[in-house]
Amino acid sequence: MNWTETFRAGTEAIRAHRMRSLLTMLGIVIGIASVILTVGFGQGAQNQVKDEIDALGSNLLIVSPGSSTDSGGLRGGFGSATTLTLDDAAAIADDTAAPDVRRVAPTSSSSSSLAAGETNWTTQVVGTTPAWLDVRARTLAAGRFFTADEVESGANVVVLGPDTASELFSFGSPVGQTVTVSGQQLTVIGVLGSSGASDDGGSEDDQALVPISTGKALSGSTTGAVSTIYVEAESTGTLSAAYQEVQSLLATRHGVTTDDADFSIASQESLVETANSTNKTLTVLLTGIAAISLLVGGVGVMNIMLVSVTERIREIGLRKALGATPTVIGRQFLVEAALLGLAGGVIGILLGVLGALVLPPLIDQPVTISLLATAAALLTSLALGIGFGVYPAGRAARLTPIDALRSE
Amino acid sequence: MSTPIIGLNGIRKTYRTGSLEFEALRGIDADIAEHEYVAVVGPSGSGKSTLMNILGCLDNPTEGSYLLAGEDVSAMSEAQLAEVRNRRIGFVFQQFNLLPSLSAWRNVELPLVYADLQRHERRERAVAALERVGLGDRTENRPGELSGGQQQRVAVARALVTEPALILADEPTGNLDSRSTADVLDLLDELHGAGRTIVVITHEQDVARRAGRNLVISDGQIVSDTSTAEAVAPR
Repeated sequence: MNWTETFRAGTEAIRAHRMRSLLTMLGIVIGIASVILTVGFGQGAQNQVKDEIDALGSNLLIVSPGSSTDSGGLRGGFGSATTLTLDDAAAIADDTAAPDVRRVAPTSSSSSSLAAGETNWTTQVVGTTPAWLDVRARTLAAGRFFTADEVESGANVVVLGPDTASELFSFGSPVGQTVTVSGQQLTVIGVLGSSGASDDGGSEDDQALVPISTGKALSGSTTGAVSTIYVEAESTGTLSAAYQEVQSLLATRHGVTTDDADFSIASQESLVETANSTNKTLTVLLTGIAAISLLVGGVGVMNIMLVSVTERIREIGLRKALGATPTVIGRQFLVEAALLGLAGGVIGILLGVLGALVLPPLIDQPVTISLLATAAALLTSLALGIGFGVYPAGRAARLTPIDALRSE
Repeated sequence: MSTPIIGLNGIRKTYRTGSLEFEALRGIDADIAEHEYVAVVGPSGSGKSTLMNILGCLDNPTEGSYLLAGEDVSAMSEAQLAEVRNRRIGFVFQQFNLLPSLSAWRNVELPLVYADLQRHERRERAVAALERVGLGDRTENRPGELSGGQQQRVAVARALVTEPALILADEPTGNLDSRSTADVLDLLDELHGAGRTIVVITHEQDVARRAGRNLVISDGQIVSDTSTAEAVAPR
C-alpha cells in the first residue's frame, strides 16, 4: 500500500468518526491555541514597550543620578539621589569636552496638580530647557515651545502634552489659557504633538513642561539638582563615543571612577533589554503551562487511538487477511494519529488567530501573531500525533490475523 | 495429474497455554488439485477451523509442510504470509467482514490496494468482479444498504478480484437465510464451473453436498475422503 492510499485510509477513518475525532483533537486544539495566544501576548507587550522606547530616539542617552549597580552599598537608590546638577548638564553640552554630543536637556520633574477653571488634573510637571523638544524628537501641535530667555527669566509659561491638554480644556484651544500649579498661574504657550509611541502614549502624552527655573520655583527647590539629563549624540554611529565622553566627564567632575560612579547612563538599547527580560519570564511561564496542556492533548490522542485499535480489531484482522503486512497496518494507524494531531494543530492555530483578532480590543492588550511560533505549533502538533501514535500503531501491527478476525 | 494447488504433509498444530498442551491437528495429509471443489466437514472442535487458518496462511503449522501452488509456506514470516495471502488466496467469511464505511467497489478493491495496483485499474477490476457476481448496479452502495445475500456476494467478488489460485470460504452461508444460501452456493458452483479451485469449510450437509469431494475431520485427523459422482465426471 503506497502513501497516497495510506493517507486516504487515514482521512476516511477520521471522517468516519467525526465527533470522536474532534474530541480527540480538542486537547491539541486548546494547547496550540493557547500557545499561539500567549506567545502573541508576549510579543505584543514586547512590541509595545519597544515602540515606546523607540520613540525616545535611537541616538539618545539617559543619564540618571545614583548607581544602578550594587557596588554602592549605602548609596541612594536609582533615580532618587541628587548627584546630577545643572552644571553637569552644562559641562556635557560643552563642545570641546564632549564633541560627539549634539544637544543636552536636563529635566527636573515632580508630580503636581494642575487646575484650569473648575478642572483639576494631576500629572508630571517637568522643568527643562528648550533643547528638550529636539532631544526627545517631539513636535508641537499648537503654539510654541519656551525660549532660552524664558528659562533665564523663569517665565510663568507651560507647554502641555496632548492628553493633559484635552483633560484640562475640553473646548477650544488651550493656547493662551491659564493653568494654576501650586498657586502660581502659568500661561499655556503650546501643546505637544502625540508621541505616537503606541495606541495610548501613556506618560509621554500626559505631562506639563515648564522652564527648568520655573519648575524649581514651583517645587520650592533651591539646589541645582536635576532628575535626568537627556543627551542626544551627533548620530547613531557616535552614540558609544558620546557615552564614553559623558561617562568620563561626569566621573572626573564628581571625582569618582567609572566603576564607582554615582550616576548611570542608559541607552535606548539597554532599556529595551531590561523591558524584554521581564516580559520574557512571563512568556516562558505561560508557554510552559500551554506546553503542559499540549502534552495532555497528546495523551488524549494516544488514548483514543488505543480505543480505536481495539474497536477496529476486526477491520485490522480483515486487512491483514487480505494481504496487509504488519508494517502497512502500523503505518496506517500512525498516519491516522499524525493527521489527528496535525488537524488539531491547524484548528488550534485558526482559533488562536481568531482570538488574536477578537481579544485585543476587549482586554486592551496588543497581540502579535508570530509566524515562527505558528510554524513551531504546527510541527509540534504533528510530532505529538506521531509520538503518541507509535504505541497504538505498534499494538495494531502486532495483532495476529486469526485473533483479530475471531474477536467479536 | 498436474502439481496440486495444495499439498499438506504431516500437518500438526499444537496450542500451548502455560503447561497445558492441546493438539488441534494431529497429522493431516491431503492434496487438492486445480479446479477441485472440496468441502471440509466436521463438528465444532474437530480442528477444521485450525485447518482453515493454516490453509489460509493465517497461521503456521507446528509441524509438517504445506505447499501452496508449489511454494512451501509452512515456515514463512508474517510479512511473507501476508503477501502469499494477497496473491494466492481469496477469503469468504461467515461474517462477510466488509468495511461498513466503504462502498461495495471500495471493499472489493481492498486486496488490490495491498497489491499496489493503480487506482483506475483497481476500479476496473473491482467493478468487473461485482458484475461477475451480479451486483454491477450496486458498486456505489455501502454494505449497510445491501441485503445479507448481497453482502456475501460482495465478499465473493472481493475474493475473486485478485484472480487467486484458491478461494477459501469459511462457513459462507452460516449467517444467511435459505434463499440467500442457495444464491451464494449457486454462485460458488458457477465459479467452480468456470475453473476455480474452491475449499469450503462447513458443518452443513447441504453445503457439503454441492462440493465434488468431502474431507471429514474429527479429532484433528481426516477420517474420510470421499468423492461424489459430480467430481468423477467434471462438467
